[in-house]
Amino acid sequence: MSDTGLAFEKSPTTEGEEISNYTINFGPQHPAAHGVLRMVMELDGEIIERIDPHVGLLHRGTEKLIEYKTYLQALPYFDRLDYCSPLAQEYSYVLAIEKLLNVEVPERGQYLRVLFAELTRICNHMLNIGAHVMDVGAMTPNLWVFELREDCMNFFERASGARMHAAWFRPGGVHQDVPLKLLTDIGDWVDGRLPELFGDAMSLVTDNRIFKQRNVDIAVVSKEDAVKWGFSGPMIRAAGIPWDLRKSQPYDVYDRMDFEIPVGTNSDCYDRFMVRVKEVYESAKIIKQCLAEMPEGPVASSDRKVAPPKRAEMKQSMEALIHHFKLYTEGFHVPAGEVYVATESPKGEFGVYLVSDGSNKPYRCKIRPTAFSHLQAMDFMSRGHMLPDATAILGAIDVVFGECDR
Amino acid sequence: MAKVLHPAPRYASNDGVLDTLSSALGDMVLDTREEFGEIMLSVKRASIEDALRLLRDEHDYQQLMEIAGADYPGRPERFEIVYMLLSLTKNHRVMLKVTAAEDTPVPTVTTLWPVAGWLEREVFDMYGVTFEGNTDLRRILTDYGFEGHPFRKDFPLTGYTELRYSEEEKRVVYEPVELAQDFRSFDFTSPWEGADYVLPGDEKADAPPVDEPKTTGSPKQTGAGAKADAKADEKVSAGSPAEKDTGAADPGAPETTEDQPDREASKGDVHDTKGATKPEDKA
Repeated sequence: MSDTGLAFEKSPTTEGEEISNYTINFGPQHPAAHGVLRMVMELDGEIIERIDPHVGLLHRGTEKLIEYKTYLQALPYFDRLDYCSPLAQEYSYVLAIEKLLNVEVPERGQYLRVLFAELTRICNHMLNIGAHVMDVGAMTPNLWVFELREDCMNFFERASGARMHAAWFRPGGVHQDVPLKLLTDIGDWVDGRLPELFGDAMSLVTDNRIFKQRNVDIAVVSKEDAVKWGFSGPMIRAAGIPWDLRKSQPYDVYDRMDFEIPVGTNSDCYDRFMVRVKEVYESAKIIKQCLAEMPEGPVASSDRKVAPPKRAEMKQSMEALIHHFKLYTEGFHVPAGEVYVATESPKGEFGVYLVSDGSNKPYRCKIRPTAFSHLQAMDFMSRGHMLPDATAILGAIDVVFGECDR
Repeated sequence: MAKVLHPAPRYASNDGVLDTLSSALGDMVLDTREEFGEIMLSVKRASIEDALRLLRDEHDYQQLMEIAGADYPGRPERFEIVYMLLSLTKNHRVMLKVTAAEDTPVPTVTTLWPVAGWLEREVFDMYGVTFEGNTDLRRILTDYGFEGHPFRKDFPLTGYTELRYSEEEKRVVYEPVELAQDFRSFDFTSPWEGADYVLPGDEKADAPPVDEPKTTGSPKQTGAGAKADAKADEKVSAGSPAEKDTGAADPGAPETTEDQPDREASKGDVHDTKGATKPEDKA
């Protein structure tokens, strides 16, 4: 058995019997798994034959917990689903409640929500772009774009008091108005620091030969497959389908916004990456437009059965005090019925199927995570690719397990 | 329908869609509903695959976005499985619904969309609904070796087992849940709406009707009349019944209890706080 001409497949221990496939365990503690993902991979040499992703290691039973909370108490759970884009998750939930209640949201509230949803998108893409680049070997761009992510966090903190888990979107509007200085600072940032730093970081990556070698023609998905596998967001846009819920099914004031939908041509990991890069610039455009058009006025509904009164008002009015007390103990009652509301989260279609029985607690709240269907396609996307490509594919999916496992 | 005030996603109009779809699906449809701007079609469980195929191929609902389960323990078929369809070309959404019990499998739709695989696994994991024809119906979100279906309404929020790292055994161990404090579920609903508190005496409210209702037909039955008037006119002279002399001795006031002996004054300077309050005296 010591002759050098021994074929690789020949096992040194089993007399001439060929062993071609072996199984390895990727994760659950793997830095490129973007959280706790375990993938059982069947390899033929270094070629992936089959992948069985095991999800659910971060399952916390969010949907069950929500059934035991009032509508308002359940809101912060949404921040904790996809912790990279907290406000985008709240968005679907508050819109679902508003749809059942048929409550009007003042214009300034709508503009603020669109503004911060887009800021969330930039924040999310900074993480994903940085992590994706790092997964395939580059270090510097990640550090640079994390600077920008930190800026976004600071903006969230100045608006809501929390860097990540803002709980700032509320049924009927947003929790509090923002100071004018914050808006001017966001404006300066979008005009100056964001394009400069992001442009610098991307100049290192987008035309980089190594980056292209690792991403171009990896995990090509046809349009038909993208539709069949329930793709959404940048994943379906990279496949060349210009589908964006902000454009096709606009909510709040997205119908007034002027922005483009970037689409891919080749439907590979590089296209998915580039769609996100372009989306950052489009989001910046929307933010600028929001800042320019945002009217003065209230930020939350004046319906006191849904949105609480101002604190100053409570010092004067007994009725306001009662409303406040009732909203934060009993909460509001939502008419019985069921709705499915989906918004364009940075990762794709994030939906909430909300069933109300007319009480102050949701009867059932099914969350449609974006990563669930994308990750399911992991097996068919990676088949025939090399083992190191799996990390590039995973990076291009943009998966966060808080959301996938709920 | 009421005017739309909310800013939720606006997609293509629902006008006529419900009629078109329900006539296309024919007798597969059990019930249709259009509420809150959502179209919901309840279909027969056995024909869900055919119904979805028809909608996908003939009516351009290309994408299956989600399958949601829900549990209504009071119903004979306690589970609802809701399929959310999206049409990319018509820019429209519809929902289809089937009901199922624990022992009535739902036909799989993995034959139509590969994405249904995990979605059905999730419904199976959380509710225990089985899908006939799904070849890979393993648990997906719960732990390896988990028992039960956690999203059923009769499954407790805390679950049955908890796990912790055991220092003695140097591994993670599973134990029955032990709560340091009972799970508190506050009921803030107003007692005038919603909440159903049973107070002592409430059962009388629902007492069955008696054969002969108690009535007061004539003034006679009330006890009023000349006799009662005469009684009222009687002179009260004998004093109140309590003052009748029975001949017994006056009980008088109770005897006083013995005096408590005074406590001795405490010895030592325990009560002397001067040292504590005036540190300069000490020094």
